[in-house]
Amino acid sequence: MRLFELRSMPDFGLNWLDASGPDSDIVLSTRVRLARNLQGYPFSVRAKPADRAAVLATIREVLERSAQLADAVIVEIERLSPREQRMMLERHLVSRELLGGDRETPSSSALVVSMQKPVGLMINEEDHLRLQSLTSGFGPRQTWHLVDSLDEDLGSELPYAFHHEFGHLTSCPTNCGTGLRASVLIHLPGLVLTKEIHKVLQGITQVGLTFRGLYGEGSEVIGNLFQVSNQTTLGKSEDDLIDHLGKIVGQVVEYERQARAVLLRDAPYVIEDKVWRAYGLLRHARSLAFDEMMNLLSGVRLGLSLKLLPGPSVYVVNRIMIYAQNAHLEEASAGTLSSSELDIQRAVLVRTALAEAESSTASRTE
Amino acid sequence: MLCDHCGKNEAEVHLTQIVDNEMTTVHLCPACAAEKGLDAGTVTKNLPLSDFLAQMGKAALADEEATIVGPCTYCHTTVDDFRRTGRLGCPHCYSVFETQLRAILRRIHGSTYHMGKVYVPPTSEAAERSARLAGLRRKLQRAVEAEDFERAAVIRDQIREIEAGIEG
Ligand SMILES: [Zn+2]
Ligand SMILES: [Zn+2]
Repeated sequence: MRLFELRSMPDFGLNWLDASGPDSDIVLSTRVRLARNLQGYPFSVRAKPADRAAVLATIREVLERSAQLADAVIVEIERLSPREQRMMLERHLVSRELLGGDRETPSSSALVVSMQKPVGLMINEEDHLRLQSLTSGFGPRQTWHLVDSLDEDLGSELPYAFHHEFGHLTSCPTNCGTGLRASVLIHLPGLVLTKEIHKVLQGITQVGLTFRGLYGEGSEVIGNLFQVSNQTTLGKSEDDLIDHLGKIVGQVVEYERQARAVLLRDAPYVIEDKVWRAYGLLRHARSLAFDEMMNLLSGVRLGLSLKLLPGPSVYVVNRIMIYAQNAHLEEASAGTLSSSELDIQRAVLVRTALAEAESSTASRTE
Repeated sequence: MLCDHCGKNEAEVHLTQIVDNEMTTVHLCPACAAEKGLDAGTVTKNLPLSDFLAQMGKAALADEEATIVGPCTYCHTTVDDFRRTGRLGCPHCYSVFETQLRAILRRIHGSTYHMGKVYVPPTSEAAERSARLAGLRRKLQRAVEAEDFERAAVIRDQIREIEAGIEG
Protein backbone atom coordinates (compact mmCIF):
# COMPACT_ATOMS: atom_id res chain seq x y z
CA MET A 1 0.00 0.00 0.00
CA ARG A 2 1.16 3.47 -0.79
CA LEU A 3 1.24 6.21 1.80
CA PHE A 4 -1.15 9.10 1.42
CA GLU A 5 0.16 12.41 0.16
CA LEU A 6 -2.36 15.15 -0.47
CA ARG A 7 -0.23 17.04 -2.97
CA SER A 8 -0.01 14.13 -5.39
CA MET A 9 -3.61 12.97 -4.79
CA PRO A 10 -5.75 16.13 -4.72
CA ASP A 11 -9.01 14.32 -5.50
CA PHE A 12 -8.32 11.48 -3.06
CA GLY A 13 -11.43 9.46 -2.22
CA LEU A 14 -13.81 11.56 -4.28
CA ASN A 15 -14.82 9.11 -7.03
CA TRP A 16 -18.36 9.07 -5.68
CA LEU A 17 -18.81 12.69 -6.77
CA ASP A 18 -18.92 11.81 -10.45
CA ALA A 19 -22.73 11.38 -10.44
CA SER A 20 -22.39 8.24 -12.57
CA GLY A 21 -24.69 6.08 -10.42
CA PRO A 22 -28.42 5.37 -10.79
CA ASP A 23 -30.82 8.21 -9.85
CA SER A 24 -27.86 10.48 -9.13
CA ASP A 25 -30.02 13.54 -9.86
CA ILE A 26 -31.79 12.78 -6.55
CA VAL A 27 -29.53 10.42 -4.61
CA LEU A 28 -26.03 11.76 -4.01
CA SER A 29 -24.42 8.66 -2.58
CA THR A 30 -24.92 5.20 -1.11
CA ARG A 31 -22.70 3.99 1.68
CA VAL A 32 -22.51 0.53 3.23
CA ARG A 33 -20.25 -0.18 6.15
CA LEU A 34 -19.49 -3.29 8.17
CA ALA A 35 -18.24 -3.18 11.77
CA ARG A 36 -15.71 -5.88 12.70
CA ASN A 37 -13.43 -6.53 15.67
CA LEU A 38 -10.46 -8.82 16.14
CA GLN A 39 -10.47 -11.60 18.70
CA GLY A 40 -8.05 -11.23 21.56
CA TYR A 41 -7.99 -7.44 21.88
CA PRO A 42 -10.17 -5.07 23.87
CA PHE A 43 -12.44 -2.83 21.79
CA SER A 44 -11.03 0.57 20.90
CA VAL A 45 -12.54 2.38 23.93
CA ARG A 46 -10.63 0.07 26.26
CA ALA A 47 -7.55 -0.45 24.12
CA LYS A 48 -4.16 0.81 25.30
CA PRO A 49 -1.76 2.35 22.76
CA ALA A 50 0.09 -0.98 22.51
CA ASP A 51 -3.19 -2.82 21.73
CA ARG A 52 -4.06 -0.25 19.08
CA ALA A 53 -0.63 -0.56 17.50
CA ALA A 54 -0.93 -4.37 17.44
CA VAL A 55 -4.41 -4.19 15.89
CA LEU A 56 -3.14 -1.83 13.20
CA ALA A 57 -0.10 -4.00 12.46
CA THR A 58 -2.17 -7.20 12.26
CA ILE A 59 -4.75 -5.71 9.91
CA ARG A 60 -2.16 -3.94 7.83
CA GLU A 61 -0.19 -7.10 7.26
CA VAL A 62 -3.30 -8.77 5.81
CA LEU A 63 -4.19 -5.70 3.74
CA GLU A 64 -0.77 -5.69 2.13
CA ARG A 65 -1.54 -9.15 0.75
CA SER A 66 -5.12 -8.42 -0.33
CA ALA A 67 -5.54 -8.42 -4.10
CA GLN A 68 -8.56 -6.15 -3.77
CA LEU A 69 -6.47 -3.51 -2.05
CA ALA A 70 -3.36 -3.90 -4.17
CA ASP A 71 -3.66 -0.28 -5.33
CA ALA A 72 -4.85 1.13 -2.01
CA VAL A 73 -3.52 4.14 -0.19
CA ILE A 74 -3.17 4.23 3.57
CA VAL A 75 -3.68 7.42 5.55
CA GLU A 76 -2.18 7.38 9.02
CA ILE A 77 -4.33 9.85 10.89
CA GLU A 78 -1.55 10.91 13.28
CA ARG A 79 0.54 12.03 10.33
CA LEU A 80 -2.10 14.38 8.97
CA SER A 81 -2.12 18.05 9.81
CA PRO A 82 -5.23 19.24 11.66
CA ARG A 83 -6.44 20.83 8.41
CA GLU A 84 -5.95 17.60 6.45
CA GLN A 85 -7.91 15.76 9.14
CA ARG A 86 -10.80 18.18 8.68
CA MET A 87 -10.57 17.71 4.91
CA MET A 88 -10.98 13.94 5.30
CA LEU A 89 -14.08 14.63 7.35
CA GLU A 90 -15.41 17.08 4.75
CA ARG A 91 -14.91 14.39 2.10
CA HIS A 92 -17.06 11.97 4.13
CA LEU A 93 -14.10 9.56 4.24
CA VAL A 94 -13.66 9.38 8.00
CA SER A 95 -15.89 9.72 11.03
CA ARG A 96 -15.31 12.19 13.86
CA GLU A 97 -14.69 9.16 16.04
CA LEU A 98 -11.67 8.11 13.94
CA LEU A 99 -10.16 11.57 14.45
CA GLY A 100 -10.74 11.31 18.20
CA GLY A 101 -13.81 13.56 18.40
CA ASP A 102 -13.05 16.49 20.69
CA ARG A 103 -10.11 14.68 22.22
CA GLU A 104 -6.60 14.59 20.82
CA THR A 105 -5.84 12.53 17.74
CA PRO A 106 -5.81 8.86 18.77
CA SER A 107 -2.75 6.73 18.09
CA SER A 108 -2.60 4.08 15.36
CA SER A 109 -5.84 5.00 13.63
CA ALA A 110 -5.86 4.83 9.88
CA LEU A 111 -7.97 5.17 6.76
CA VAL A 112 -7.42 2.92 3.75
CA VAL A 113 -8.95 3.72 0.36
CA SER A 114 -8.66 1.74 -2.84
CA MET A 115 -7.82 3.89 -5.84
CA GLN A 116 -9.66 1.66 -8.34
CA LYS A 117 -12.80 0.55 -6.54
CA PRO A 118 -14.96 2.62 -4.20
CA VAL A 119 -14.02 0.56 -1.14
CA GLY A 120 -11.89 1.17 1.89
CA LEU A 121 -11.76 0.85 5.63
CA MET A 122 -11.12 2.63 8.86
CA ILE A 123 -8.82 1.03 11.43
CA ASN A 124 -9.11 1.61 15.18
CA GLU A 125 -12.32 3.52 14.96
CA GLU A 126 -14.99 2.69 17.56
CA ASP A 127 -14.52 -0.85 16.24
CA HIS A 128 -11.17 -2.22 15.12
CA LEU A 129 -12.33 -2.38 11.55
CA ARG A 130 -14.98 -0.49 9.66
CA LEU A 131 -15.12 -1.71 6.07
CA GLN A 132 -16.92 0.72 3.83
CA SER A 133 -17.99 1.34 0.32
CA LEU A 134 -19.17 4.74 -0.88
CA THR A 135 -20.65 4.95 -4.36
CA SER A 136 -22.34 7.50 -6.56
CA GLY A 137 -26.14 7.54 -6.76
CA PHE A 138 -28.57 4.95 -5.53
CA GLY A 139 -27.06 1.45 -5.60
CA PRO A 140 -27.48 -0.34 -2.29
CA ARG A 141 -27.01 -3.85 -3.69
CA GLN A 142 -23.96 -3.06 -5.75
CA THR A 143 -22.43 -1.14 -2.85
CA TRP A 144 -23.14 -4.02 -0.47
CA HIS A 145 -21.53 -6.53 -2.83
CA LEU A 146 -18.38 -4.42 -3.02
CA VAL A 147 -17.95 -4.27 0.73
CA ASP A 148 -19.02 -7.91 1.19
CA SER A 149 -16.35 -9.16 -1.15
CA LEU A 150 -13.71 -7.17 0.71
CA ASP A 151 -15.04 -8.62 3.97
CA GLU A 152 -14.83 -12.18 2.60
CA ASP A 153 -11.26 -11.51 1.61
CA LEU A 154 -10.13 -10.05 4.93
CA GLY A 155 -12.28 -12.36 7.07
CA SER A 156 -10.58 -15.41 5.60
CA GLU A 157 -7.36 -14.26 7.22
CA LEU A 158 -8.32 -12.13 10.19
CA PRO A 159 -9.86 -13.79 13.26
CA TYR A 160 -13.00 -11.70 13.88
CA ALA A 161 -14.85 -11.65 17.20
CA PHE A 162 -17.98 -13.61 16.31
CA HIS A 163 -20.65 -15.10 18.59
CA HIS A 164 -22.91 -17.99 17.57
CA GLU A 165 -26.02 -16.12 18.74
CA PHE A 166 -25.14 -12.40 18.57
CA GLY A 167 -23.11 -12.52 15.37
CA HIS A 168 -20.28 -10.03 14.90
CA LEU A 169 -19.48 -8.44 18.25
CA THR A 170 -19.19 -4.68 18.29
CA SER A 171 -18.34 -2.11 20.89
CA CYS A 172 -21.84 -0.65 20.78
CA PRO A 173 -24.66 -3.24 20.88
CA THR A 174 -26.61 -1.17 18.37
CA ASN A 175 -24.20 -2.46 15.69
CA CYS A 176 -23.83 -6.14 16.53
CA GLY A 177 -25.02 -9.05 14.39
CA THR A 178 -24.35 -8.14 10.78
CA GLY A 179 -22.50 -4.95 11.76
CA LEU A 180 -24.08 -3.52 8.64
CA ARG A 181 -25.17 0.07 8.27
CA ALA A 182 -26.35 1.17 4.85
CA SER A 183 -27.14 4.81 4.28
CA VAL A 184 -28.27 6.91 1.40
CA LEU A 185 -27.77 10.67 1.06
CA ILE A 186 -30.81 12.00 -0.71
CA HIS A 187 -31.95 15.41 -2.00
CA LEU A 188 -35.66 16.08 -1.39
CA PRO A 189 -36.55 19.67 -2.33
CA GLY A 190 -39.82 18.61 -3.96
CA LEU A 191 -41.12 16.99 -0.80
CA VAL A 192 -39.93 19.96 1.28
CA LEU A 193 -41.62 22.50 -1.01
CA THR A 194 -44.86 20.53 -1.16
CA LYS A 195 -44.68 20.10 2.66
CA GLU A 196 -44.93 16.33 2.33
CA ILE A 197 -41.55 15.75 3.88
CA HIS A 198 -42.65 15.18 7.48
CA LYS A 199 -45.15 12.56 6.45
CA VAL A 200 -42.54 10.74 4.40
CA LEU A 201 -39.87 10.91 7.09
CA GLN A 202 -42.31 9.78 9.74
CA GLY A 203 -43.22 6.85 7.53
CA ILE A 204 -39.54 5.95 7.25
CA THR A 205 -39.10 5.71 11.02
CA GLN A 206 -42.09 3.40 11.26
CA VAL A 207 -40.52 0.79 9.00
CA GLY A 208 -37.25 0.34 10.83
CA LEU A 209 -35.20 3.03 9.15
CA THR A 210 -33.83 6.26 10.60
CA PHE A 211 -33.29 9.57 8.94
CA ARG A 212 -31.19 12.54 9.75
CA GLY A 213 -31.15 15.90 8.08
CA LEU A 214 -27.83 17.33 7.01
CA TYR A 215 -27.23 20.11 9.50
CA GLY A 216 -25.16 23.20 8.93
CA GLU A 217 -23.92 25.58 11.57
CA GLY A 218 -27.33 25.80 13.21
CA SER A 219 -30.01 23.22 13.79
CA GLU A 220 -31.71 23.85 10.44
CA VAL A 221 -31.57 21.16 7.82
CA ILE A 222 -29.58 22.67 4.98
CA GLY A 223 -29.73 22.04 1.27
CA ASN A 224 -32.77 19.74 1.58
CA LEU A 225 -30.38 16.83 2.13
CA PHE A 226 -31.36 13.84 4.23
CA GLN A 227 -29.57 10.68 5.19
CA VAL A 228 -31.65 7.52 5.48
CA SER A 229 -30.21 4.37 7.03
CA ASN A 230 -31.22 1.07 8.59
CA GLN A 231 -31.82 1.20 12.31
CA THR A 232 -31.26 -2.42 13.27
CA THR A 233 -28.36 -4.72 12.46
CA LEU A 234 -29.36 -7.95 14.22
CA GLY A 235 -32.14 -10.46 13.45
CA LYS A 236 -32.21 -9.94 9.69
CA SER A 237 -29.86 -11.08 6.95
CA GLU A 238 -27.66 -8.60 5.13
CA ASP A 239 -29.68 -9.10 1.93
CA ASP A 240 -32.93 -8.39 3.78
CA LEU A 241 -31.53 -5.22 5.35
CA ILE A 242 -30.22 -3.99 2.01
CA ASP A 243 -33.35 -4.87 0.06
CA HIS A 244 -35.59 -3.24 2.65
CA LEU A 245 -33.62 0.00 2.55
CA GLY A 246 -33.55 -0.19 -1.24
CA LYS A 247 -37.29 -0.68 -1.46
CA ILE A 248 -38.20 2.14 0.92
CA VAL A 249 -35.71 4.63 -0.48
CA GLY A 250 -36.88 3.68 -3.97
CA GLN A 251 -40.37 4.74 -2.90
CA VAL A 252 -39.06 8.00 -1.46
CA VAL A 253 -37.30 8.72 -4.77
CA GLU A 254 -40.59 8.03 -6.53
CA TYR A 255 -42.51 10.40 -4.15
CA GLU A 256 -39.89 13.04 -4.76
CA ARG A 257 -40.30 12.71 -8.53
CA GLN A 258 -44.07 12.99 -8.15
CA ALA A 259 -43.74 16.07 -5.92
CA ARG A 260 -41.50 17.69 -8.54
CA ALA A 261 -44.01 16.87 -11.27
CA VAL A 262 -46.78 18.49 -9.20
CA LEU A 263 -44.69 21.62 -8.65
CA LEU A 264 -43.91 21.88 -12.35
CA ARG A 265 -47.55 21.43 -13.25
CA ASP A 266 -49.02 23.83 -10.67
CA ALA A 267 -46.36 26.49 -10.38
CA PRO A 268 -43.95 26.27 -13.32
CA TYR A 269 -42.90 29.92 -13.24
CA VAL A 270 -42.37 29.91 -9.49
CA ILE A 271 -40.07 26.90 -9.76
CA GLU A 272 -38.24 28.19 -12.79
CA ASP A 273 -37.73 31.54 -11.10
CA LYS A 274 -36.49 29.90 -7.91
CA VAL A 275 -33.99 27.77 -9.79
CA TRP A 276 -32.62 30.64 -11.89
CA ARG A 277 -32.40 32.97 -8.89
CA ALA A 278 -30.38 30.32 -7.07
CA TYR A 279 -28.08 30.02 -10.06
CA GLY A 280 -27.79 33.78 -10.46
CA LEU A 281 -26.85 34.31 -6.82
CA LEU A 282 -24.24 31.57 -6.88
CA ARG A 283 -22.85 32.83 -10.18
CA HIS A 284 -22.43 36.42 -9.01
CA ALA A 285 -22.38 36.64 -5.20
CA ARG A 286 -19.23 38.09 -3.64
CA SER A 287 -19.71 36.44 -0.25
CA LEU A 288 -21.41 33.15 0.53
CA ALA A 289 -21.98 31.56 3.91
CA PHE A 290 -21.82 27.76 3.77
CA ASP A 291 -25.46 27.21 4.72
CA GLU A 292 -26.64 29.78 2.19
CA MET A 293 -24.53 28.16 -0.52
CA MET A 294 -25.95 24.71 0.29
CA ASN A 295 -29.50 26.01 0.04
CA LEU A 296 -28.77 27.68 -3.31
CA LEU A 297 -27.03 24.57 -4.62
CA SER A 298 -30.21 22.70 -3.78
CA GLY A 299 -32.07 25.01 -6.17
CA VAL A 300 -29.49 24.39 -8.89
CA ARG A 301 -29.57 20.64 -8.32
CA LEU A 302 -33.36 20.74 -8.68
CA GLY A 303 -33.08 22.84 -11.84
CA LEU A 304 -30.65 20.36 -13.39
CA SER A 305 -32.84 17.39 -12.57
CA LEU A 306 -35.88 19.12 -14.09
CA LYS A 307 -33.84 20.28 -17.09
CA LEU A 308 -34.69 23.90 -16.33
CA LEU A 309 -31.00 24.77 -16.33
CA PRO A 310 -28.60 23.90 -19.18
CA GLY A 311 -25.69 23.39 -16.79
CA PRO A 312 -23.49 22.86 -14.85
CA SER A 313 -23.34 19.07 -14.52
CA VAL A 314 -24.31 17.37 -11.25
CA TYR A 315 -20.62 16.49 -10.94
CA VAL A 316 -19.71 20.18 -10.80
CA VAL A 317 -22.37 20.79 -8.14
CA ASN A 318 -21.04 17.84 -6.12
CA ARG A 319 -17.49 19.11 -6.38
CA ILE A 320 -18.49 22.57 -5.21
CA MET A 321 -20.24 21.04 -2.22
CA ILE A 322 -16.96 19.41 -1.13
CA TYR A 323 -14.38 22.00 -2.16
CA ALA A 324 -16.30 25.02 -0.81
CA GLN A 325 -16.08 23.70 2.76
CA ASN A 326 -13.88 25.52 5.24
CA ALA A 327 -10.89 23.19 5.46
CA HIS A 328 -10.77 22.84 1.67
CA LEU A 329 -10.89 26.61 1.21
CA GLU A 330 -8.08 27.06 3.73
CA GLU A 331 -6.03 24.40 1.98
CA ALA A 332 -6.51 26.18 -1.35
CA SER A 333 -5.38 29.52 0.06
CA ALA A 334 -2.68 27.88 2.20
CA GLY A 335 -3.60 29.67 5.39
CA THR A 336 -6.12 30.15 8.15
CA LEU A 337 -9.12 32.23 7.14
CA SER A 338 -11.53 34.25 9.26
CA SER A 339 -15.20 33.53 8.80
CA SER A 340 -15.73 36.54 6.53
CA GLU A 341 -12.65 35.60 4.48
CA LEU A 342 -14.05 32.07 4.19
CA ASP A 343 -17.32 33.42 2.82
CA ILE A 344 -15.45 35.54 0.28
CA GLN A 345 -13.21 32.66 -0.82
CA ARG A 346 -16.24 30.40 -1.04
CA ALA A 347 -17.94 32.87 -3.40
CA VAL A 348 -14.79 33.04 -5.53
CA LEU A 349 -14.62 29.24 -5.80
CA VAL A 350 -18.30 28.92 -6.71
CA ARG A 351 -18.15 31.73 -9.29
CA THR A 352 -15.06 30.29 -10.91
CA ALA A 353 -16.47 26.75 -11.06
CA LEU A 354 -19.73 27.94 -12.62
CA ALA A 355 -17.95 30.22 -15.10
CA GLU A 356 -15.73 27.33 -16.20
CA ALA A 357 -18.77 25.09 -16.60
CA GLU A 358 -20.51 27.78 -18.69
CA SER A 359 -17.58 28.20 -21.03
CA SER A 360 -17.15 24.45 -21.48
CA THR A 361 -20.89 24.10 -22.26
CA ALA A 362 -20.60 26.98 -24.74
CA SER A 363 -17.61 25.45 -26.52
CA ARG A 364 -19.39 22.09 -26.73
CA THR A 365 -22.49 23.56 -28.38
CA GLU A 366 -20.49 25.59 -30.91
CA MET B 1 -32.80 24.00 28.75
CA LEU B 2 -34.01 26.05 25.82
CA CYS B 3 -35.11 24.64 22.48
CA ASP B 4 -32.25 24.31 19.94
CA HIS B 5 -34.55 25.35 17.17
CA CYS B 6 -36.39 28.48 18.34
CA GLY B 7 -34.29 29.25 21.41
CA LYS B 8 -37.40 30.54 23.19
CA ASN B 9 -39.37 27.67 24.67
CA GLU B 10 -38.26 25.07 27.14
CA ALA B 11 -36.98 21.92 25.37
CA GLU B 12 -39.00 18.85 26.23
CA VAL B 13 -38.20 16.49 23.37
CA HIS B 14 -34.66 15.19 23.31
CA LEU B 15 -33.89 13.43 20.08
CA THR B 16 -30.81 11.27 20.10
CA GLN B 17 -29.81 9.49 16.97
CA ILE B 18 -26.85 7.44 16.02
CA VAL B 19 -26.08 7.61 12.37
CA ASP B 20 -22.81 6.38 10.95
CA ASN B 21 -21.41 6.18 14.38
CA GLU B 22 -22.05 9.74 15.28
CA MET B 23 -24.35 10.43 18.16
CA THR B 24 -26.22 13.69 18.00
CA THR B 25 -28.79 15.01 20.42
CA VAL B 26 -31.22 17.74 19.47
CA HIS B 27 -33.30 19.40 22.18
CA LEU B 28 -36.63 20.74 20.98
CA CYS B 29 -39.73 22.31 22.41
CA PRO B 30 -42.96 20.43 21.61
CA ALA B 31 -43.97 23.00 18.96
CA CYS B 32 -40.69 22.76 17.03
CA ALA B 33 -40.63 18.99 17.43
CA ALA B 34 -44.08 18.80 15.88
CA GLU B 35 -42.93 21.09 13.08
CA LYS B 36 -40.06 18.70 12.37
CA GLY B 37 -42.52 15.84 12.21
CA LEU B 38 -41.54 14.40 15.54
CA ASP B 39 -43.94 13.82 18.34
CA ALA B 40 -43.07 12.21 21.63
CA GLY B 41 -44.27 8.84 20.31
CA THR B 42 -41.97 8.64 17.31
CA VAL B 43 -39.12 10.09 19.28
CA THR B 44 -39.23 7.27 21.78
CA LYS B 45 -39.11 4.77 18.96
CA ASN B 46 -36.07 6.56 17.63
CA LEU B 47 -34.14 6.37 20.84
CA PRO B 48 -32.36 3.06 20.84
CA LEU B 49 -29.43 4.23 22.91
CA SER B 50 -31.20 5.97 25.76
CA ASP B 51 -33.80 3.23 25.65
CA PHE B 52 -31.37 0.46 26.18
CA LEU B 53 -29.37 2.37 28.72
CA ALA B 54 -32.51 2.89 30.77
CA GLN B 55 -33.28 -0.77 30.31
CA MET B 56 -29.76 -1.66 31.30
CA GLY B 57 -30.12 0.34 34.48
CA LYS B 58 -33.34 -1.42 35.40
CA ALA B 59 -32.05 -4.87 34.52
CA ALA B 60 -28.86 -4.28 36.44
CA LEU B 61 -30.72 -3.00 39.50
CA ALA B 62 -33.07 -5.95 39.47
CA ASP B 63 -30.14 -8.30 39.18
CA GLU B 64 -28.03 -6.70 41.83
CA GLU B 65 -29.94 -8.40 44.61
CA ALA B 66 -29.58 -11.87 43.11
CA THR B 67 -26.15 -11.81 41.47
CA ILE B 68 -23.47 -9.24 41.03
CA VAL B 69 -22.72 -9.02 37.33
CA GLY B 70 -19.27 -8.12 36.14
CA PRO B 71 -16.92 -6.45 35.98
CA CYS B 72 -15.61 -8.19 32.86
CA THR B 73 -12.69 -10.37 33.90
CA TYR B 74 -10.83 -9.53 30.71
CA CYS B 75 -11.25 -5.77 30.25
CA HIS B 76 -12.70 -4.74 33.65
CA THR B 77 -15.70 -2.96 32.16
CA THR B 78 -18.44 -2.62 34.80
CA VAL B 79 -22.20 -2.40 34.36
CA ASP B 80 -21.83 1.23 35.33
CA ASP B 81 -19.23 1.91 32.61
CA PHE B 82 -21.55 0.39 30.09
CA ARG B 83 -24.51 2.44 31.28
CA ARG B 84 -22.47 5.62 31.16
CA THR B 85 -20.87 5.16 27.73
CA GLY B 86 -23.17 2.74 25.94
CA ARG B 87 -20.04 0.84 24.89
CA LEU B 88 -18.80 -2.61 25.81
CA GLY B 89 -15.11 -3.10 26.43
CA CYS B 90 -14.27 -6.35 24.67
CA PRO B 91 -15.82 -9.42 23.04
CA HIS B 92 -15.82 -11.20 26.42
CA CYS B 93 -18.20 -8.53 27.83
CA TYR B 94 -20.91 -10.15 25.69
CA SER B 95 -20.61 -13.29 27.83
CA VAL B 96 -20.31 -11.44 31.14
CA PHE B 97 -23.39 -9.28 30.54
CA GLU B 98 -25.20 -11.89 28.46
CA THR B 99 -28.48 -11.85 30.38
CA GLN B 100 -28.80 -8.07 30.40
CA LEU B 101 -27.64 -7.82 26.81
CA ARG B 102 -30.25 -10.24 25.58
CA ALA B 103 -32.99 -7.96 26.92
CA ILE B 104 -31.31 -4.89 25.49
CA LEU B 105 -30.71 -6.44 22.07
CA ARG B 106 -34.33 -7.50 21.91
CA ARG B 107 -35.36 -3.91 22.55
CA ILE B 108 -32.97 -2.38 20.05
CA HIS B 109 -33.19 -4.91 17.25
CA GLY B 110 -36.35 -6.87 18.05
CA SER B 111 -34.24 -10.04 18.11
CA THR B 112 -31.13 -11.55 19.63
CA TYR B 113 -30.32 -13.94 16.80
CA HIS B 114 -27.84 -13.19 14.08
CA MET B 115 -29.53 -14.15 10.81
CA GLY B 116 -26.78 -12.87 8.55
CA LYS B 117 -23.83 -14.60 7.01
CA VAL B 118 -22.06 -17.09 9.23
CA TYR B 119 -18.47 -16.15 9.71
CA VAL B 120 -15.97 -18.97 9.34
CA PRO B 121 -12.71 -18.22 11.11
CA PRO B 122 -9.54 -18.69 9.10
CA THR B 123 -8.11 -22.20 9.20
CA SER B 124 -4.42 -22.90 9.36
CA GLU B 125 -4.72 -24.30 5.83
CA ALA B 126 -6.19 -21.05 4.58
CA ALA B 127 -3.53 -19.08 6.40
CA GLU B 128 -0.81 -21.17 4.79
CA ARG B 129 -2.34 -20.77 1.34
CA SER B 130 -2.59 -17.03 1.72
CA ALA B 131 1.03 -16.87 2.85
CA ARG B 132 2.05 -18.78 -0.28
CA LEU B 133 -0.03 -16.48 -2.45
CA ALA B 134 1.51 -13.48 -0.76
CA GLY B 135 4.99 -14.77 -1.52
CA LEU B 136 4.09 -15.37 -5.15
CA ARG B 137 2.55 -11.91 -5.51
CA ARG B 138 5.73 -10.35 -4.18
CA LYS B 139 7.76 -12.41 -6.68
CA LEU B 140 5.40 -11.35 -9.47
CA GLN B 141 5.79 -7.73 -8.49
CA ARG B 142 9.59 -8.02 -8.64
CA ALA B 143 9.47 -9.86 -11.97
CA VAL B 144 7.27 -7.15 -13.48
CA GLU B 145 9.51 -4.43 -12.12
CA ALA B 146 12.50 -6.19 -13.66
CA GLU B 147 10.54 -6.49 -16.93
CA ASP B 148 11.09 -10.26 -16.82
CA PHE B 149 7.73 -10.99 -18.45
CA GLU B 150 8.38 -14.67 -19.11
CA ARG B 151 8.96 -15.31 -15.45
CA ALA B 152 6.00 -13.09 -14.56
CA ALA B 153 3.74 -15.23 -16.76
CA VAL B 154 4.88 -18.41 -14.99
CA ILE B 155 4.25 -16.88 -11.58
CA ARG B 156 0.86 -15.60 -12.71
CA ASP B 157 -0.10 -19.17 -13.69
CA GLN B 158 0.98 -20.46 -10.29
CA ILE B 159 -1.14 -17.81 -8.59
CA ARG B 160 -4.13 -18.75 -10.77
CA GLU B 161 -3.72 -22.40 -9.86
CA ILE B 162 -3.81 -21.69 -6.14
CA GLU B 163 -6.72 -19.29 -6.54
CA ALA B 164 -8.63 -21.87 -8.59
CA GLY B 165 -8.02 -24.34 -5.78
CA ILE B 166 -9.78 -21.94 -3.43
CA GLU B 167 -12.79 -21.67 -5.70
CA GLY B 168 -12.97 -25.45 -6.20
ZN1 LIG C 1 -38.77 25.57 19.83
ZN1 LIG D 1 -14.85 -7.00 28.51
